[in-house]
Amino acid sequence: MAYFDHAATTPMLPEAIEAMTRALSTTGNASSLHTSGRRARRAVEEAREDIADALGTRPSEVIFTSGGTESDNLAVKGIYWARRTSRRRRVVASSVEHHAVLDAVQWLVEHEGAEVTWLEPDGLGRIRPETLRDVLDDDVALVTTMWANNEVGTVNPVRELAALAAARGVPFHTDAVQAVGAVPVDFTESGASALTLTGHKVGGPYGVGVLLLGRDVATTPLLHGGGQERDVRSGTLDVPSIVGMAAAVRHAVEHQASTAASVAALRDELVSSVRRVVPDVAVNGDPVHRLPGNAHLTFPGCEGDSLLMLLDAKGIECSTGSACTAGVAQPSHVLLAMGVDPVLARGSLRFSLGHTSTVAEVRELVEVIGPVVERARSAGIAGLKRLAVGRADNSTTAGRADGSVTAGRADGSVAAGRAGGQATAEV
Amino acid sequence: MRVLAAMSGGVDSAVAAARAVAAGHEVTGVHLALSAKPGTLRTGARGCCTIEDARDARRAADVLGIPFYVWDFAERFTEEVVDEFVAEYAAGRTPNPCLRCNEKIKFEALLDKAIALGFDAVCTGHYARLATVDGVIELRRSADDGKDQSYVLASLTREQLAHAMFPLGDSTKAQVRVEAAERGLQVAEKPDSHDICFIPDGDTRGFLTRKLGEQPGVLVDDQTGAVLGRHLGVHEFTVGQRKGLGIDAPAPDGRPRYVLSLEPVSGTVRVGAAEKLEVTEIVARRPVTRISFDGPVECVAQVRAHGGLAPAVAELVDGELLVRLREPLSGVAPGQAVAVYREDAAAGDLVLASATISSTR
Repeated sequence: MAYFDHAATTPMLPEAIEAMTRALSTTGNASSLHTSGRRARRAVEEAREDIADALGTRPSEVIFTSGGTESDNLAVKGIYWARRTSRRRRVVASSVEHHAVLDAVQWLVEHEGAEVTWLEPDGLGRIRPETLRDVLDDDVALVTTMWANNEVGTVNPVRELAALAAARGVPFHTDAVQAVGAVPVDFTESGASALTLTGHKVGGPYGVGVLLLGRDVATTPLLHGGGQERDVRSGTLDVPSIVGMAAAVRHAVEHQASTAASVAALRDELVSSVRRVVPDVAVNGDPVHRLPGNAHLTFPGCEGDSLLMLLDAKGIECSTGSACTAGVAQPSHVLLAMGVDPVLARGSLRFSLGHTSTVAEVRELVEVIGPVVERARSAGIAGLKRLAVGRADNSTTAGRADGSVTAGRADGSVAAGRAGGQATAEV
Repeated sequence: MRVLAAMSGGVDSAVAAARAVAAGHEVTGVHLALSAKPGTLRTGARGCCTIEDARDARRAADVLGIPFYVWDFAERFTEEVVDEFVAEYAAGRTPNPCLRCNEKIKFEALLDKAIALGFDAVCTGHYARLATVDGVIELRRSADDGKDQSYVLASLTREQLAHAMFPLGDSTKAQVRVEAAERGLQVAEKPDSHDICFIPDGDTRGFLTRKLGEQPGVLVDDQTGAVLGRHLGVHEFTVGQRKGLGIDAPAPDGRPRYVLSLEPVSGTVRVGAAEKLEVTEIVARRPVTRISFDGPVECVAQVRAHGGLAPAVAELVDGELLVRLREPLSGVAPGQAVAVYREDAAAGDLVLASATISSTR
């Protein structure tokens, strides 16, 4: 068995399991006023302090949620709603965000009168500060750009991006789900107004996340009710999950540098070994500004789903990127936005390593990858023989008929002129 | 053998896969995603296809304890089946998309991929019997007359059938449902699908009009040449159709009128009496011969998926299949397949050949 899908979810840390297990056997609603309630509340507040401490912020800026998707939705919709005026309705978002951001933005466009300007990445998947600078104006309600990309692992210059937004007085949200524990993340230092993280990507449990939210950032809640979490996120606090997540964040951040170093060394070993066996493999993303555990590889002439199945049969687990509800592997919107050919994009796999990864796992992969690629290649050609035709154009710059979407501006500020991927609003 | 089980999410393909597992094969389940709904923000996303069917297939695979994947064949399906379906109607013919899907998707695109990936066979829940006798692959009708699907498999080549597995051929649908329940498959009671899968609302006419737009023409009395009405495209009609002709004036003799023929270039739909629909001779192109035969052969001809049977004499003439019917058949539509069988009550009628109907007399 070799598990290379830590970016999807990573095994829970023993510290987190222990802390959570202990909390599971205690009773108490953190909002209750009696002894049990106070005990639960104390566990939550200690967890809040631990997370604040680990990520360079104050406890009052830690909002517990149900996970990354909720945190992203709360930031994008909540900040937009709070700041929307008749003249301030534009959201600036990178086109390579996770769907939790992309679809939240798109929903605001379709239902809440928002306009959107998509920031296009460069060929390495990075959002350049000048790309953001060129589109900032007084009508922007919110900028959202992820800290590190979940597919290709590219790390963005968040401080520079956040500073540009701050200079214009525009709140800046960053989805740091993949970044926390993998690269140094300091909320205050980053200059961001809001930051998303989630438990199960750092060695904590599923179903719990955090939005770090600056105290002065006006945010309209998604959920109304008991007024928990600064009245921004109502709902009974999930004490065991929160305790487990805090233990994981604390441990992951404390050991970030050493984990990153060993994971990156393994990752580099994986890439160079695979390249020895499959010389035409291409590595996607930024070679320098990159998550330590991410190896995103394109195998020309193969289909990702063939590779995934063949590797799965050998006990090696990796990812083709995102899948739709029915389970169909999708050509990655990230790769397309980076200008990768759509057919090549379909032949890509993400190997993501984490705190449990071993040299033995890498060796397992290297042993089988040659024959697997060869086999997938013979099938891939059959599967793709008609596909190349008629798929050339994924690059349409689509405004909506009613003009509500500013997908790129007349001055060409949005990565104009690149063939591969002006992301689009829905037509 | 290493077997790839195509799992639609229905009871038949689930039990077929279960039988392949029970027979000791190494089985992997695959659900084919065939409908694309592009155009959301997620470039290339679909909106989403067959979520419920994919889920049912996945749960069946869980029960069987086999690996399961969803594979995207939407582009191939659109191109080879849907576009072809529309083009055939536009040309005044009546295609059979299920037959086409078997030919081009399940036993071409999928089979090619399966073979390349190291599988030996593709297993489906079709009701038909398959056996190799003295090196010859024999395709026969299912034990369940009502469910028999040999007609939509009859045009597969030997090479295709050599890698096909139909574990349900000897069973009836009722037996399959009982077995599904015994095996703990939740789809045991799932209703059969009847519609064309890419037209879920069953409104073929509306679907074609959306695809082809309006191409107005006239309905003409086959006897008198009189114009009886107007229509929005020959694709709205099928030979043998009686209802929905949109003719106000009744026929002088008071008898119902039927569509007799379609002329797409002029947009003319000829209508007339039922007996004018009767044909006794069929010429069909691109014959696939299952069992080689020289000269005329006594057979039973089938001209559509359900029903449309008549005793006949079949013969290969100049690369076409000529079928002379001993009893006339009505509503024989160009574009449909004609399959000819050698009768065999004991082992199941044996498919001799299949071809696409090009003209009738």
